[in-house]
Amino acid sequence: MKKKEIINMDELDPQFKYEIASQPGGEHILKCVQCATCSSGCPVASVSDKFNPRRIIRMAVLGLKDVVLKEDFVWYCAACYTCSERCPQDVRIPDLMAAIRNIAVKEGSIHPAYREQGRLIGELGRLYEVTEFENERREKLGLPKVKEKNREIAEIYGCTGVGKVVL
Amino acid sequence: MKYALFLGCTVPVRTMAYEISTRNVMKKLGISLVDLEDFGCCGFPLESIDHDTYLSVAARNLAVAEAANVPVMTMCSACNGSLLKANLAMQDKTTRDKINANLKPINRQYNGTTVVKHAARVLYETMDTIKEMATPLNLKVAAHYGCHYTKPSEIYEDFEDPEVPYSLEELISAVGASPVPYENKKQCCGGSVMGIDESVSLEMVREKLSHIKKAGADAMVLVCPFCDVMYDINQKRIENQAGEQFGIPVLFLPQLIGLALGLTPDELGLKLNRVSVRKLLKTLGDGNEQE
Repeated sequence: MKKKEIINMDELDPQFKYEIASQPGGEHILKCVQCATCSSGCPVASVSDKFNPRRIIRMAVLGLKDVVLKEDFVWYCAACYTCSERCPQDVRIPDLMAAIRNIAVKEGSIHPAYREQGRLIGELGRLYEVTEFENERREKLGLPKVKEKNREIAEIYGCTGVGKVVL
Repeated sequence: MKYALFLGCTVPVRTMAYEISTRNVMKKLGISLVDLEDFGCCGFPLESIDHDTYLSVAARNLAVAEAANVPVMTMCSACNGSLLKANLAMQDKTTRDKINANLKPINRQYNGTTVVKHAARVLYETMDTIKEMATPLNLKVAAHYGCHYTKPSEIYEDFEDPEVPYSLEELISAVGASPVPYENKKQCCGGSVMGIDESVSLEMVREKLSHIKKAGADAMVLVCPFCDVMYDINQKRIENQAGEQFGIPVLFLPQLIGLALGLTPDELGLKLNRVSVRKLLKTLGDGNEQE
């Protein structure tokens, strides 16, 4: 995360925190007291300074919407729930990070890795392709064949509008 | 007892050893498994894209199992967490009605009655039988819990404290092996960061492997295919990158239990393991000859 010493108040969006709070998973954002229990136990933060959950929450509450949505640090959360178990304020950080990602997707800033995963799941019904080759291998190992494609997820995408984003 | 085996995405293509060993160990323990061909992705990656899409995709699987009137057994911890979380959300009528509207065009409906259980949890519940049937294994084993097998605790009804988990060590002891304590045991495998920043997740893996090596374990045991991709499939690559040799065999829990139940290496898919288990099997063989 790039540190910027002076924040221009005109660039802040005071509504951003309420937008997050109205998104499923983001409801508890305003309970955060910045104690940093999340960051101190975070396995990603322990190996990379790209990710600092306490800092992201502070930036979001402050209204740094553009930075939070456009830079890729919210996508670094491993959703391991270590912080969630420890947070004294029940902020539910992994769900909060997912809520912020959902907003980023709506604003056109989906991470390419997630767009690709979403596309594969929509087109195949699963993340990894199963073809005749995989099924033959499975049969040789004594495993039952797996249905190669499942079209139902693409139909769900049609209902929720995600198809337009990832397909 | 009968379960529908939920394969998810990774198991049927990338970690078939997990599937082979789970099927054979469950059979040996008298637990029957059925396959429901309409199961698909659990929805886990979609939670980051769109919450309602995630819930709908997860609930679709729950509806498939509900229509077949059979509980679900998962092998992947992320699938397990994803399905349980969606199951909890779907107990709320407003959410259920909203999500069911997305399932209507595919002629599915979920009423909230499906039971979902991790294969490791089923094995834990069968521990008395396992103990009776097991030939003790003379091995030192490091347990890797991963994340979604114990967390978030609200979906696991306080089965065990995620800060002090014990179920895997108990199962390791149940087959006569010795659980090995090691530094930072609960650390995440980093699997879900792999697509975002490989160097971060590989460093997380390197740390874990070096802690396990330091503890002198003969093998590590785990309960999630993605953790396996990180520790077994990627182990050689991390060794090359870090210039550090680990050589730690990575066993799926049913592979370890299956060895104690007298299943053959083929019945446990052991030849599919990337890090060689030959030395491990030899240790076991020698131990048995001495007895």
